[in-house]
Amino acid sequence: MSLWAAILVAAAIAYALKLVGYLVPGHLLEGARTKRLTAALPIALLAALIATQTFVTDGAVVLDARAAAVAVAAVALLLRAPFILVVVLGAATAAGLRLLGWAS
Amino acid sequence: MTEALDPGVRRAVIRAALSVGVATGAYGVSFGALAVAAGLDVWQTCAMSLLMFTGGSQFAFIGIIGTGLAAAPAAIAASSLLGVRNGFYALELTQLLAVRGWRRPAAAHVTIDESTAVAVTQQDIRASRLGFWVTGVTIFLLWNLTTLIGALIGNALGDPRSWGLDGAASAAFVGLLWPRLRSGDAVAMAVVAGVVAVVLSPALPPGLPVLLAALAVLLRWRR
Repeated sequence: MSLWAAILVAAAIAYALKLVGYLVPGHLLEGARTKRLTAALPIALLAALIATQTFVTDGAVVLDARAAAVAVAAVALLLRAPFILVVVLGAATAAGLRLLGWAS
Repeated sequence: MTEALDPGVRRAVIRAALSVGVATGAYGVSFGALAVAAGLDVWQTCAMSLLMFTGGSQFAFIGIIGTGLAAAPAAIAASSLLGVRNGFYALELTQLLAVRGWRRPAAAHVTIDESTAVAVTQQDIRASRLGFWVTGVTIFLLWNLTTLIGALIGNALGDPRSWGLDGAASAAFVGLLWPRLRSGDAVAMAVVAGVVAVVLSPALPPGLPVLLAALAVLLRWRR
């Protein structure tokens, strides 16, 4: 599968998911359990993505500058920093530690 | 619909919608730069923001596809699973907005976290509709503009690691997850998902551990 094909397929599915909510009768999908699982899904996916993006390189578990970036991001969020600042601090932490030679 | 919306309410809704829009638009720079760092070209990066237009899914897609094209099915699956919530937003919005004709596919495209949040928090149905459209359209314009800017910056930067862009990607995901960690259960789910994903990573192709971690959480918290 080419990168373009993957992008177009993912975009088509994303749009179809939005549109289907306007087209299907609502009572088919309502219910406390469905609601709870819908809320759980993003939490699980985002947490799993953070973990793999931070601690995995080419299938190996590693601890490097990315872990420090995540720690700094969490502290910034605790202090109610805006999203863009959190991202910039994450980049600065990883770049700074590598520049100083303190982490790979 | 006979009475016009109170001008004070109208101004407040537009102000709320625009401030949410501007704040979200700023994420676009990070998305653009990180997408290029993950191996997309500028056109592909812009196509994602134009056509997919749902931030969490876009970040997830580039996070997984960055490990190589072999992970494409997992990247599509992860971005789609994250997109499921937009369908539920649409379900809530369909009566509130009462959209018909060409407006329906347009409303669907801008049905995201922020436009839904602004719409459902208004007291008046006309304020809800105004809030939905102003937020949705503002974010759409700014998200695409800032994605392009970010992609051009990312292109100019060169080696993404020396600029800490991998750290920025992780930080961006923490920022997306943070507002959802409002209960002890949510934190427990996040920890379980993270641990499962890392433990499975050495044994499985990239992307798959993320999907299995999500499945583990759904099975554990299904009741």
